[in-house]
Amino acid sequence: MEARIDVAGLRKRFGPKRALDGMTFSVLPGRVTGFVGPNGAGKSTTMRVILGLDAADEGTALVGGQPYRTLRHPLNQVGALLDAAALQPGRSARNHLLWLAHSQGLGRQRVDEVVAQAGLESAIRRRAGGFSLGMRQRLGIAAALLGDPPVLMMDEPFNGMDPEGIVWMRGFLRALATEGRAVFVSSHLMSELQDTADHLVVVGRGQVIADAAVRELIAAASDDRVELRTTARAAALTVLVQAGAEVAATAPDVLTVKGLPPERIVTALTAHHVPFGEVSAHRATLEEAYMEFTRDAVEFRAVPAAGEVAGGAAQ
Amino acid sequence: MTTATPYRSPLRAGRDGFGQLLHAEWTKFRTVRGWVIGMIVAILVTAGLGLLAAKASANPSCTTQTSSGQQGPVQHGAACGGPTFPLGPNGVPVKDEFYFVRQPLVGNGSITVRVTALTGTAPGPGGQFVLPPWSKAGIIIKDGTSQGSAYAAMMATGGNGVRMQWNYTGDTAGLPGVVSAASPRFLRLSRDGDTITGYDSADGAHWTRVGTVALAGLQSTVQAGLFVASPNYTVYSASLGSGSESSSGTRSTAVFDDVSRTGTWPASAWTGGYVGGGGLEGGPGNDGYHQAAGQFTVTGSGDIAPLITGALGDGPNITIRDYLIGTFAGLIAVAVVATMFMTSEYRRGLIRTTLAASPHRGRVLAAKAIVIGSAAFVVGLAAAAGAVIGGKEVARGTPVFPEPWPTELRIIVGTAALVAVAAVLTLAVATIVRRSATAILIVIVILVIPDVLSFPPGLPTGVTDWLLRVTPAAALALQQPAPQYHQVQANYIPSSGYYPLGPWTGFAVLCAWTVLALAAAVYLLRRRDA
Repeated sequence: MEARIDVAGLRKRFGPKRALDGMTFSVLPGRVTGFVGPNGAGKSTTMRVILGLDAADEGTALVGGQPYRTLRHPLNQVGALLDAAALQPGRSARNHLLWLAHSQGLGRQRVDEVVAQAGLESAIRRRAGGFSLGMRQRLGIAAALLGDPPVLMMDEPFNGMDPEGIVWMRGFLRALATEGRAVFVSSHLMSELQDTADHLVVVGRGQVIADAAVRELIAAASDDRVELRTTARAAALTVLVQAGAEVAATAPDVLTVKGLPPERIVTALTAHHVPFGEVSAHRATLEEAYMEFTRDAVEFRAVPAAGEVAGGAAQ
Repeated sequence: MTTATPYRSPLRAGRDGFGQLLHAEWTKFRTVRGWVIGMIVAILVTAGLGLLAAKASANPSCTTQTSSGQQGPVQHGAACGGPTFPLGPNGVPVKDEFYFVRQPLVGNGSITVRVTALTGTAPGPGGQFVLPPWSKAGIIIKDGTSQGSAYAAMMATGGNGVRMQWNYTGDTAGLPGVVSAASPRFLRLSRDGDTITGYDSADGAHWTRVGTVALAGLQSTVQAGLFVASPNYTVYSASLGSGSESSSGTRSTAVFDDVSRTGTWPASAWTGGYVGGGGLEGGPGNDGYHQAAGQFTVTGSGDIAPLITGALGDGPNITIRDYLIGTFAGLIAVAVVATMFMTSEYRRGLIRTTLAASPHRGRVLAAKAIVIGSAAFVVGLAAAAGAVIGGKEVARGTPVFPEPWPTELRIIVGTAALVAVAAVLTLAVATIVRRSATAILIVIVILVIPDVLSFPPGLPTGVTDWLLRVTPAAALALQQPAPQYHQVQANYIPSSGYYPLGPWTGFAVLCAWTVLALAAAVYLLRRRDA
């Protein structure tokens, strides 16, 4: 089986609400594909459709070229973590993994292996009901790894993790991708994927807004701007505007320059004897890139209500 | 573009089989402590209530009889060693009391009589005329005079025409109509080895064979002759919330003539007397026989029939079904566990993990049904066996309706089957409604309530009869302690242990409900988003 997910033209309505509206993308092996978008953009619904849990009204979702429901050993082909809270509280974490292993014809030995991989050895005999969200995420990852699948799909795996856990998770996802697996990770916070994802599928309102490598996205958002660090801000500003650049002061000793490549800036400043510390290409953060793409797609933007503001002022 | 080598797992793919699904569901079931405890509670509460019921029914002094005012079977409740009832040749407890005018018959032979009259009276003030529909007058060939011995008989009855009856439970209809001087009945019994054939005739010339029966191991010398039996006559009036019954002993008199015999009859004269030492006290007339000019007038009471349990039956009121009174509580406990087995998956979202691991949803439900059904069967078996065996021990010395072992086995194993299928039904209902409280409520209403309402003060018998036919509670007929005999008049109502449907028919009703609910559950499970 090929390690990939192909989603084409998925549409689904929940009553009057259009949850998926022509969702189309592919997840390829050997890289971490981030699946980002605001809450309600259709990320979880897409994942449920891929796993055959929800039926789409239109379109196809294939795992390794096959609909999920026709897979003979589903957990050997796709490991999924949809909802870390989906546990029977009274059952121990180990027994949770054990029944799942039994459903695939796997035994206790495999359970012990994934427990070690997920770093859960110390807690494994405890009732899952007493687990923190971070521990549940690790348990969910152990469950996804049971069948040692070439495709991994995780819905918001960073949720509830402490900083140490987040670092661990990033390294873990990268390692899985390096082994040649297709790793598909959703998040509503772009910063979580900053140093993890190779490729991003950005969605909003049930559609794909952008589907590109992280490098390209950042480059697109960076917009050829150059950052200039100088103590002689006024002089530099004059020189650069004369040279035909758009200049903005972004900090007491920082100018952002647009319209001139870095070599020309250096030449111009040197010619006019303006001192400067550092000239560097401005690199947009992934967060900025994401905000730019999803600006139109955010459905529930936090707008302070007029009454609240007025009330706050009155007091 | 990335050109990664796709990952190949070194793990060998497991086999894709139903056995794995069963294994997974079994692991799920046994690893939630609350569910295992719930099943143990089901055993304890069922058996415990049974033992309490047995203790309440037990005769504390072990010497006195609890049957009041009734004429009890002869050997019953004599000592602390436990009551004994005469058992028929097929192991069924029987009533065997009647007036018998007899002679020994050696080897093969026959006896023929004409019955010209059958009349009855009830004892007590006035001695009013009562001819019970199952008063019996005719001829009988019996394997000795001890109670419970094998027999075959041809008889005229008070309201059911001519019958051939044998070994207490056998009954075949002959000529219809009431016997009178104008319309007499000719009866004949003929023995050939173990085989006895009965004939009847309206004119003594044209004979019809009514039946041929084999009495296994019949001795060479048998007792044969004329008999009269006249059972209690019971009147029922049922109203909402209560029913009243009145029962009285009766005495019937029959007139026979044209007695003719073939074969070897070594005795020189007839002997009259009661089998079972019974007889009715009071009232006009006396039990006995009078012979004059070839005409015999025989008067007697009693019955030759299987024993009936229940309020005014001749048998003891207490049956092993009374020890299974806790079944309803056990069913509720099992229903709670069976519900949680499914609804907890919905409540936690675990159903998505389950269905992602096993995308064939129908097979998932089948595996769950087999696991919960098997567990419930074991629970039901342990609970019923504990209640019955323990109840007998606790109530030792109390007259209890004796069961032939196949019936006892059917009651115990049937209870286990009832609990098992009820658990599967609950699972299906829980899958359909997906909410614990709703599912448990539905199951209690359709499975437990109809039976509870049949006990006074409940609903009128007509309504509970109907409910116990159409609801899954019909399967409680598996616990019916004794069959209903059309040839014995009694108040056959569910609270006395007589259900409108037979044990296996009732069970089939439960199974039909379960199959329908499972089909709906599979349909919805496949169709709905998880």
